[in-house]
Amino acid sequence: MSLALSHNAQWVLFSTLILGVAAGVMGCFAYWKRQSLMSDALSHAALPGVIIGFMIAGSKNLPLMIGGAAASALLGALLIGWIRSSSRVKEDAAMGMILSVFFGLGIMLLTFVNRMGGGSQSGLDSFIFGQAASMVRKDVFTMSGLALLVVLISIIAFKEWKLYLFDPQFAKGLGLSSRWMSSIYMTVLVLVIVIGIQAVGVILMAALLIIPAVSSRYWTNSFLWMVVLSGLFGGMSGMAGTLISTFGKGWPTGPFIVIAASTIFIVSLAFGASKGLLVLLLQRYAQKKSLDRPMSTQRVLERGEAG
Amino acid sequence: MSYAGWILLTASLVGLSCGIIGVLLILRRMAMMADAISHTVLLGIVVAYLVTRELSGVHMLIGAIAAGLLTSVLVQWFHARGVQQEASIGVVFTTLFAIGVVLIATKVGNAHLDVKHTLMGEITFIPWERIELPFIGSIPEAVFILSIVLIVVLVAVLAFYKEWKITSFDPALAASLGLPVVLMHYVFMSLVSVTTVAAFDAVGAIMVVAMLITPAAAAYLWTDRLLAMFALSGGFGVLSAVSGYYVAAWLDTSISGSMAFATGIVFMVSFIASPRHGLASRWFRHRAAGGAAPG
Repeated sequence: MSLALSHNAQWVLFSTLILGVAAGVMGCFAYWKRQSLMSDALSHAALPGVIIGFMIAGSKNLPLMIGGAAASALLGALLIGWIRSSSRVKEDAAMGMILSVFFGLGIMLLTFVNRMGGGSQSGLDSFIFGQAASMVRKDVFTMSGLALLVVLISIIAFKEWKLYLFDPQFAKGLGLSSRWMSSIYMTVLVLVIVIGIQAVGVILMAALLIIPAVSSRYWTNSFLWMVVLSGLFGGMSGMAGTLISTFGKGWPTGPFIVIAASTIFIVSLAFGASKGLLVLLLQRYAQKKSLDRPMSTQRVLERGEAG
Repeated sequence: MSYAGWILLTASLVGLSCGIIGVLLILRRMAMMADAISHTVLLGIVVAYLVTRELSGVHMLIGAIAAGLLTSVLVQWFHARGVQQEASIGVVFTTLFAIGVVLIATKVGNAHLDVKHTLMGEITFIPWERIELPFIGSIPEAVFILSIVLIVVLVAVLAFYKEWKITSFDPALAASLGLPVVLMHYVFMSLVSVTTVAAFDAVGAIMVVAMLITPAAAAYLWTDRLLAMFALSGGFGVLSAVSGYYVAAWLDTSISGSMAFATGIVFMVSFIASPRHGLASRWFRHRAAGGAAPG
């Protein structure tokens, strides 16, 4: 198959693979911080930044747009934290508000830019649903480089991440600054989101963070294996989705990546080795069988006396 | 009525129904569920279109209610199987939404259903798509549907006002009193879906989320009384719709985007200036109590 693809397409495929791995790994961290939907809010909140980056550059300039996206996503994260901590509005409502208000602002700016001319030709619309085919060589390098950086950060500090996620009190006792860890966590999460928005789009980027992590949960109880599997699932979905979307003209990449990830999820749900439905069914069956085994009254009484 | 008048009326009807439903969403801590449903109704609409090959209001409503109920059933089902509630919402709605977008991109084409249209809505076309009604004459179809939805929402909320109150504030007490908590949950989900789909066509998915959550959250900062919260939330919805429209007309930009942004401004003002729970009043109260200003 890869022989039939052009050189450029191979690079795009490679970059969505790395992106999927990075998103899968970060998704596990977000899962255990119970912030799956936070990633959804942040990816929507990145839209105004993308457009403002475009307006400043005057043309499609990926580093500037990624910078803008990161700035507005971080602003969104700060606002969510601020609303939650200093009013009685709960976190879920704060996330829903930031998500929709920032996205509304993004749409306002997008309409504005499109009307100025040049916006629709530059493929700004493709940031909403993702268009991996619209990436040029330089975009591919930027994206893969940053995604590799994310993977590296999570590997190097794996022990610290584990402590921070599962026992923050103990981590504090060991002298690990939870404030620093939180800032790094938020920065890396935003980084994954903003590098993914060109290929996957702001609306569905969260899925690449959420779904592989949930799927890997069905296979293992070990955090290390969960991270590895989730990265693997993410990478597979990124690549498969990109491949499928090249079969049709103008097909958006994001939705296909999500459907690939969901397929893996359904397989994991059914056949997962740790909590999969099939395993649960077999366990229940075995339990029932052992209970149904006929026992003579004598043996029951003996057992009762013995116990 | 003038062209702008119809648009304002449509948006105000959206603001009213979403504002009322939003209060219950906030109190039941289901804000993100609304976000999920507003995305998945797309799948319901697309499937209804593929089955009937027409974009009529009734089919779309049925498809959307089915999609909304499917979403909440699936979320509950996964949650019962050990997936965190949050993650479960995330998995279900992104998947169903992606299927909807793929169906549009591959099967439907961009002729009748446009993905962008469903996200941002096309409120500028509303005044032209008219239907004839006895006694009233010719009015836009969206206004007719939204009015019916508003009446349904109002009747459902007012007729079972006490029940909603108890199930929202104290589900355990409600269950011990013998109220059908689960049934009310699904009735509520249906109400959310109906409101969402009726508003969806007019203003798009994202603005529906903004209108459902933000005015209600703003109202939550002004009052502790449920009835007042309903009234304020509906009022804030209308206020955002009207001011959003004029800002959009002034800047010549997306109307629904501007209305969504206006809800954010309303919230920010409430967040800072609300006499009961606002930042400013808390700061003054703190000073009056003799403490240092909170950081």
